[in-house]
Formats: sequence, structure tokens, C-alpha cells
Amino acid sequence: MSENYVPNSKFGKWFNDRLPLLTLSKHLTDYPTPKNLNYWWTFGGILTFCLISQIITGIVLGMHYVAHADMAFSSIEHIMRDVNYGWLIRYIHSNGASMFFLAVYIHIFRSLFYGSYRSPREIIWILGMLIYLLMMATAFMGYVLPWGQMSFWGATVITNLFSAIPLVGESIVTWLWGGYSVDNPTLTRFFSLHYLFPFLILGLVVLHIWALHVPGNNNPIGIDIKKPSKDTVPFHPYITIKDLFALLIFMIVFSGFIFFAPNILGHSDNYIEANPLVTPKHIVPEWYLLPFYAILRAVPDKLGGVVLMLGSIFILMALPWLDSSKVRSTVFRPLYKKFFWLLVIDVLALGYVGAMPAEGLYLLIARVGTIYYFAHFLVVLPVLSRIEKTEPVPLSISEPVLGGMPKFEMAKSDRKDV
Amino acid sequence: MDKPEKKSNRRDFIFTASYTVGAIGVGATIWPLIDQMNPDSSVKALASTEVDISQIQPGKSVTVLWRGKPVFIKRRTQNEIDEAQAVSLDVLPHPEKDQDRAKNPEWLVMLGICTHLGCVPLSDKGEYNGWFCPCHGSHYDTSGRIRKGPAPTNMEIPKYSFVDDNTIKIG
Repeated sequence: MSENYVPNSKFGKWFNDRLPLLTLSKHLTDYPTPKNLNYWWTFGGILTFCLISQIITGIVLGMHYVAHADMAFSSIEHIMRDVNYGWLIRYIHSNGASMFFLAVYIHIFRSLFYGSYRSPREIIWILGMLIYLLMMATAFMGYVLPWGQMSFWGATVITNLFSAIPLVGESIVTWLWGGYSVDNPTLTRFFSLHYLFPFLILGLVVLHIWALHVPGNNNPIGIDIKKPSKDTVPFHPYITIKDLFALLIFMIVFSGFIFFAPNILGHSDNYIEANPLVTPKHIVPEWYLLPFYAILRAVPDKLGGVVLMLGSIFILMALPWLDSSKVRSTVFRPLYKKFFWLLVIDVLALGYVGAMPAEGLYLLIARVGTIYYFAHFLVVLPVLSRIEKTEPVPLSISEPVLGGMPKFEMAKSDRKDV
Repeated sequence: MDKPEKKSNRRDFIFTASYTVGAIGVGATIWPLIDQMNPDSSVKALASTEVDISQIQPGKSVTVLWRGKPVFIKRRTQNEIDEAQAVSLDVLPHPEKDQDRAKNPEWLVMLGICTHLGCVPLSDKGEYNGWFCPCHGSHYDTSGRIRKGPAPTNMEIPKYSFVDDNTIKIG
């Protein structure tokens, strides 16, 4: 195992004795990975790519952007028209945010389906949720920087959420703004924090991966496996090449947005400079925040809406303790599987009505959707995980593949793979 | 086992092809990230400056800003021109004829930046009646040529032209 790894070269050994970087890289390449991981498991690598891509393009944009209420909007146009490849870098960054969220939602639902949040992986899950919260804060502040109409009014609406807090709400909002409305002080502090947060996320990602490498990956059948064993393959080259292939497919989709529909996920009102005197007719957040926006508007009470919206995220952190099923993977939980897909539909529906005006049927759907969302985690999951009769779980990953084949046959196999 | 020597097979071909495409892709991705730091269109658009020289008296000079750098426009006296043209090329660290530096001998147009480390030299100073750089003591003559001190070359002559008798276009 990598703990006892000794580099071959003399210099490598000298260096490694002082800073065990080579031991770390040996650990990462040898890291035993369940051999049945499917393509839903490739999104960790994809997300790492998204974060790095956002950081690199963001640093570049920061070289040309001017964080000032009078100049921010025109500096964005300067980036789009004057800076060499500025249009490309900005479109990578703005669409990259959407792709980042697309990937993180798939990653989260992967965890939900296969029970990856369950013991012994609670810390990984909570770190992931913290990353997700920071991602939302970062994306929100980034959206303010172009200083268009949606930036300005999005910032106004979201910061005003804090005014729902009894007694101190108004003071908190004034503190957030650095004034009596969203203005230049708000913009400059958002720029500063928007630059900082991705590096906090990067730090949490390192902890997230560190915590993952303690118990190792969960897998589609959700059983504990011996590592290393015939149920595992080394991370490199098996998983690296699979992650790379999935990343390439992901990048094709990503490029499709960048080159053919760079503004389809944005809002045209954000190409109008911020005007504190006029609110756009229809104000919506970016698509990835829509389900929460729908929950906010579903509640006919200011404080109640804010509490439920925040609760809908924080409830996820309690998930490892809400689910007490003996079986991790939903594959073997036939009844829960139906509710899982109902939750997926529910979140998609909330997202849809979040983009629609809060009235009539849309409002009704938002309310039903909100009720189901909370019922799923607070009622369905805890109850079902106690009473549902699960299907038999295989003892090892090899078992369902090889049927009743005796174990020593496998060991003797000298079949050439190449 | 018939042929022990390694033959390149289809797999080698696929590897080479993949690495090649990968390398081209990475290069094409990195280039925009590097090129964005080059002067942008708005900077390039300001690349030329027109200067009215009708008010400059003989022996006087003006300094104008072109691409963020000072440009000296000096209307030289006959004395200064003679002095500059009389110098033998052998004594110059960076030999250049005055005739090559000033198209119209009356007008010397040059970048007012010391070629040592980029300071702006003082005019009508130094041992050669030209320019003197206060930073590290480089002496330039009336043609802006380095005569003494650490600067390696003469002060640079930018691209310029006379639009009419009273106007110089720099850049």
C-alpha cells in the first residue's frame, strides 16, 4: 500500500522523506475504487474541472473588470468587445457557473439515490452541502458584478431576505449594503467576496476528497467492500480514463452553450445597465436557484418564506440521520425508489414554477411542491426507511456479475484483457 | 512469439492520435488565456497621436504622451544639428548617423525613455548638451545617442511622419 511507498530514484526518496508528495500521488493513483462505479460517479471529477475552470477564467476576468458602480457595466462590454478573446472567457465563466450547478445537482442526486450520505460518509456529505451553500453565495455575488438590471434587482431582493429577521433585520440589510440601498459599496464588497469564496470552496473540496478517501467510494449496490480486493480497481488508469471520457462528453455540452447559445441561460434584462428607479417587469434568479425561489414565494408570509427556503437547504444536512434504512442503495428499496423519483420531479416542478409568475395554478403547484419537498425528508424517508422490506443485497460486487461461480475459479482466471 | 521485435500496432496509433488531439486542444485552450493579456482593441485604437508643432521655437522641445510613454519633439538649432552630424561613428557605443535619426534635421522626434531601465532623461543636461538620465547617469548627445553611462543603446526613434508643415503624426 501507498503508506509504505518508497520512490525508486535517490532524489525521489530524499525529497519524499522531507515532503511525502510522492506518497500522496501514489495514494491517489493506487486508491482502490469499487469496480462497479457507473457514469453517475464521474461528476466528482467533472466538478473539480468546473471549479478550476471558473477560478482560472475568473482570475482572467478580474484583470479587466472594474468593480465600480459607474464603470462595471461598461467594463463588461469592454471585455466582450475589446479584450482579446474576452467574449470567450466571459462566456466560459458565465455558462461555467450553470454547468457547475448542473453537475453539482447530478452529483447530489447521485448521493441521494445510492445513499452516499449514509454512515460512514456523513462528514463528506456535510462538507459537500457547505460547498453547495458557498457555491450559491458565490454565484449570486458573481451575478451582481455585471451591474445590469437583473444584477441590481437580484441583489436587492436577495439581500432584502435578511430584513425578514425580527428586530435586527433592517440593520443587517444596511450593514450588508454599506448604505441605504444596493450601491457602489455593495458592489465592491461583493467583488471582493466573489474572488475569495472560490478559494474557500477549493479548500473544502480538498477536505471533501480527504474525507472520501478514508472510507473509500460508495458504489451502486451500496455495500461495504474490502479494499483492495477483487471488488476494486486502482483509481489510475481505470477511473481516470473513465472520468476523462465523461468529462469530454460534458465539455461538448458545455461548448455547445458557449459557442451556440451563450446567453440562453441568462436574462436579456441584464444587458440593461442597473437603474435604481425601475424594476424589471419580471424578475427571476438564475435557473439553478429557481426551486428555492419557488419555495420562498409559495409561503404567504415574509419570515415564513425565508425560513422555509433556508430550511429546504439545511434539511439536507440532517439527511444521514433522517434515513435509518439498513440498506444504502435505493436499488434495493423498491418503494423508496418511487418516492425518490417523485422528489426529482418535485424539484424540477418547483424549478419550473419558480420561473413563472407567482399566481394561480403556478402558485398552487409551488405550494404542493413545497409541502412534498419537506414531507419527503421529514415523513416519507424516516418512516419508509424503518418499515420498508428491502430486497436482498449481494455480499460482494463480484457476486451479482458472476452468479454462483465459486470464488477460486475467479482467482485462477488467466483471461487476457488486452 | 514469431516476431519478438515490437511492432507498432493499432493501439499505438490510437494513443499517438489521442495525445496529439489532446495537446492541440490544450494549446487552443491556453492561447486565449495568454492572449487576453496582450494590448486589447481599445489600447490599439489609441496607437497614434497627432501633434501641432507650429508653436515650438528653435532650441525648445515639447514632450507628448504616446502609448503611455513620453515622446520628445525637439526643434534643434543649427549648432546642435552641426554638433550631432559632426560626431564620428567610431566614438559612439551604438553607431547611428544623425541623418538616419532625424529625417528633417531640424526636428528630432524620439521616445523620451532611457534605454537603461526606463526613466525619463532631463533635456539640455549632461556632458554632450543633449539629455542626461538622473537615475543612473547616462549621457545622450543632441541626437539622443548614448555617449557615456550604463544605457546600452540610443534612445528609440518611433514611427512618425509629417502630416503637413505644422503637424507630426506619431505612430
